[in-house]
Amino acid sequence: MSDTQYLAAKTIDEAVNAHEKANGTARFLAGGTDLLVQIKSGIRKPNLVIDIKKIVELNSINEISDGEFEIGASVSGANLNRNLKFAKLWPGVLEAFRLIGSEQIQGRASLGGNLCNGSPAGDSVPALIAAGCKAVIAGPKGRKDVPIENFHLGPGKTVLENGEMLVSLKFPKRVSNSADAYLRMTPRTEMDIAVVGCGVNISLENDICTNARVSLGAVAPTPLLIKEASDIMVGSKLDDDTLNRVSKMCMDACNPINDKRGTIDYRTKVAGVLFKRATKLATDRIGGNK
Amino acid sequence: MAKIKVSTRINNENIDYLCEPNDTMLDVLRNQLNLTGSKESCGSGDCGSCSVILDGELICSCLMLAAEAEGSNIETIEGMSEGGKLHALQQKFLEKAALQCGICTPGFLMASKALLDHNPSPTETEVRYWLAGNLCRCTGYDKIVKAVLEVADEMKENA
Repeated sequence: MSDTQYLAAKTIDEAVNAHEKANGTARFLAGGTDLLVQIKSGIRKPNLVIDIKKIVELNSINEISDGEFEIGASVSGANLNRNLKFAKLWPGVLEAFRLIGSEQIQGRASLGGNLCNGSPAGDSVPALIAAGCKAVIAGPKGRKDVPIENFHLGPGKTVLENGEMLVSLKFPKRVSNSADAYLRMTPRTEMDIAVVGCGVNISLENDICTNARVSLGAVAPTPLLIKEASDIMVGSKLDDDTLNRVSKMCMDACNPINDKRGTIDYRTKVAGVLFKRATKLATDRIGGNK
Repeated sequence: MAKIKVSTRINNENIDYLCEPNDTMLDVLRNQLNLTGSKESCGSGDCGSCSVILDGELICSCLMLAAEAEGSNIETIEGMSEGGKLHALQQKFLEKAALQCGICTPGFLMASKALLDHNPSPTETEVRYWLAGNLCRCTGYDKIVKAVLEVADEMKENA
């Protein structure tokens, strides 16, 4: 860690230029709850750490229009948790994000960091995918939006190239009668990493599903969007038969690791169960029961 | 390599220090400023014994670079008592024997203070979840949780 330099960037351009110039040896620092642990343990040895928290846009929660949020990449869990409107519109995203670590971690950890860390088990990621969220990326060639389901390439690998920085997470405008939910399975109730995570986001009109997105975490090298799930769910009343079919689809999509925290069979089975429970929870939320 | 000059506010005092880019906030608190109340136990954000309050947020000072503190306001355990008078939480931890070896205690006190700052009347479940990031390996959590709840009750009566 001794050769590391520190830069507190004040603008996006400054951060992006410094990152590009460092040619692969720089890391962006948001909350630091992953990066500092990685540096201390020698997993990462960046020559330059670029602190992005002092860039206003990265640390802001913006409601661009009524019900349309853009969350800066370094906004902490504690900060986002205080936005009552966001909590009402995206309870699943918030509960997923808030599951990460202790209150101490929540005081620093960011949605952007959870995404860029690239873990297949990052709790907020399936919820962001289910939400239909986009990553706003700034780089030497300007800005672009990437759907979250395309952001990860493998464990620890993302689409971000040299000089590219995650600026914010752009949520679609929330329509009425919609809700999301995130559930995860962990061996312990708290302070643990997902063995399986499932995010579900649905809209209903007269009990008929008009929009559905389902995502799974920790069951493949990257978090997954279960694309075909929406084909079956939209137009249905989310009856048992529909849920059973999608549950099977979730299990078929699993390609998990086998480790002491969960076997392949166990992770696969739990993915199907969590899908049904998360869908029930989201439905209850639309009904105002949760 | 040139050191970084940082101007910050710690326990209501303006403090300037020079740090290396890789120093953590905890390193500077303990080794430069002699504020040794914050402890390093795990160094990876799991145990909470280095807890401080940064601009109103509870954080682990071991997971923050000292350079990041520029322009911020930090509360540590050393600033908790006022003019020699213990904070109500400190007093209650003593009365309830909510500590044994004491290594985790400053972290628990800062976390408990942050909780009551944000939520003056927490439920027992809320206290337990809030303090889940603080580990105690001696005396267990029951006395600590009870002490926090009693202080919350007394604060309500005195309000």
